[in-house]
Amino acid sequence: MTAEQIISAPKLIVRGLNFYYGADRALKDINLVIPEKMVTAFIGPSGCGKSTLLRTFNRMYELYPKQRAEGEILLDGQNLLDKKQDLNNLRAKIGMVFQKPTPFPMSIYDNIAFGVKLYENLSKHDMDERVEWALKKAALWTEVKDKLKQSGTGLSGGQQQRLCIARAIAVKPQVLLLDEPTSALDPISTAHIEKLIDELKKDFTIVIVTHNMQQAARVSDFTAYMYLGDLIEFGDTSTVFTNPKRKETEDYITGRFG
Amino acid sequence: MLNLYTRRRITNALSLGISVLAMLFGLFWLGWILWTLLEHGLPGLGAHVFTQTTPAPGSSGGLINAIFGSVIMTSVAVLIGTPIGILAGTYLAEFGQRGWLAPLTRFINDILLSAPSIVIGLFVYEVYVVKVGHFAGWGGALALSIIVIPVVIRTTENMLRLVPNSLREAAAAIGAPQWKIISFVTLRAARAGILTGILLAIARISGETAPLLFTSLNNQFWSSDMNQPMANLPVVIFQFAMSPYEDWHSLAWAGALLITLSVLTLNIVARVMFRQKSNSQ
Repeated sequence: MTAEQIISAPKLIVRGLNFYYGADRALKDINLVIPEKMVTAFIGPSGCGKSTLLRTFNRMYELYPKQRAEGEILLDGQNLLDKKQDLNNLRAKIGMVFQKPTPFPMSIYDNIAFGVKLYENLSKHDMDERVEWALKKAALWTEVKDKLKQSGTGLSGGQQQRLCIARAIAVKPQVLLLDEPTSALDPISTAHIEKLIDELKKDFTIVIVTHNMQQAARVSDFTAYMYLGDLIEFGDTSTVFTNPKRKETEDYITGRFG
Repeated sequence: MLNLYTRRRITNALSLGISVLAMLFGLFWLGWILWTLLEHGLPGLGAHVFTQTTPAPGSSGGLINAIFGSVIMTSVAVLIGTPIGILAGTYLAEFGQRGWLAPLTRFINDILLSAPSIVIGLFVYEVYVVKVGHFAGWGGALALSIIVIPVVIRTTENMLRLVPNSLREAAAAIGAPQWKIISFVTLRAARAGILTGILLAIARISGETAPLLFTSLNNQFWSSDMNQPMANLPVVIFQFAMSPYEDWHSLAWAGALLITLSVLTLNIVARVMFRQKSNSQ
């Protein structure tokens, strides 16, 4: 049974994806399906290509001149690697949160309004509502509602990361990419974010890269194990963790390797 | 044979001692300069300095026309140099990853940064003063702006490079076009550092004499016409200090003290701002 058969509602379909850093091939012929409104985790040792794969979904690599991707990534049937695909429109549909919290050097309110203003012309009242909605969704509203005009950089690390999540979902994307979102956070903030991921998957398709296998086991519905640019195994999380088909996956998950 | 640990302690004490001596040596001269300036400058620093224009030999006078000229020419130089410097620095930091233009610009800028200021004075003399036929304040401002530009380019580029790439990526990930990323996110994140660079550029030009000798020259009388020769502190200090008159000497000392104090103040302001920046991150 292939992954495509397991998943009835695919959001993203990756076909024959290769990725190059200059002459180095970092992703080798990846085929993968990301199911809609579920959490898919990419795990694997450092340098296996899991972040690289994630960054092809919003063409983040295009910021850097020597990086390129070949193959197909279909979002609702449209190839998003197609040069004709408008990059800003694509990024409105696919939000991203990074390893280190990246609040913009502006107020908490403006941090969220910044992205919304790129796509929508909202009245002051509607914008206020949107900011509140996003902050509530990111479970940050009660902590910041009295200091929306203060700088976003003054928040704690965990709060900053939730601000970044709020900023990403304020644009109302369909897919949320999380690149090791908790690796810079303490355990309590991590627990906050994990709980949040569970909430958010009702509305968004979530793809998370994580170094932490327990985290993948806790939050994800599907797991992809990668090694040296290859997708070794993909399946529903409980199967991958309890009954992996491949020896390599088992070795990694049981800690004998990696 | 001493054991390893004792030898390390001795080496450590020795290198620390030499470093401290070197620091004291540097500080000693700086302290002496400041002391001499205060000793000779303070007695001459009265209200008359700020109310009267530069005197003819034997009569009393102050420095107000020179202070005014310095402030005006420095301000115009900063107004010309800062936008050019910030834009060029932004180009180097944000767009200068590919191609040959950015490395070349960076190289030329480095040369300009260390160009002797007298060369810049001569250059403006040749292309401006000779053409209009007389010394003028605009020429002085132009020469000073040529000194401002490379300083601002360098600090802007360096400060923008300190902005973590993850911030650019985050702004790009939300779909912001590059001009918005730069103007609302990276320049804003770097603004304290860039402002510090501008303040340092002001400090740098406020004592420059050579570029002004060939361009604005000097003016014994009050003049706010930038098309005429314009008085300024460095050239007045130069002329008065070379003169045989006692009261001119005292004004030169007062002028030197004024420049030093304003540069000191600017440096302190720049440092305080920079510290606030690093605290907030």
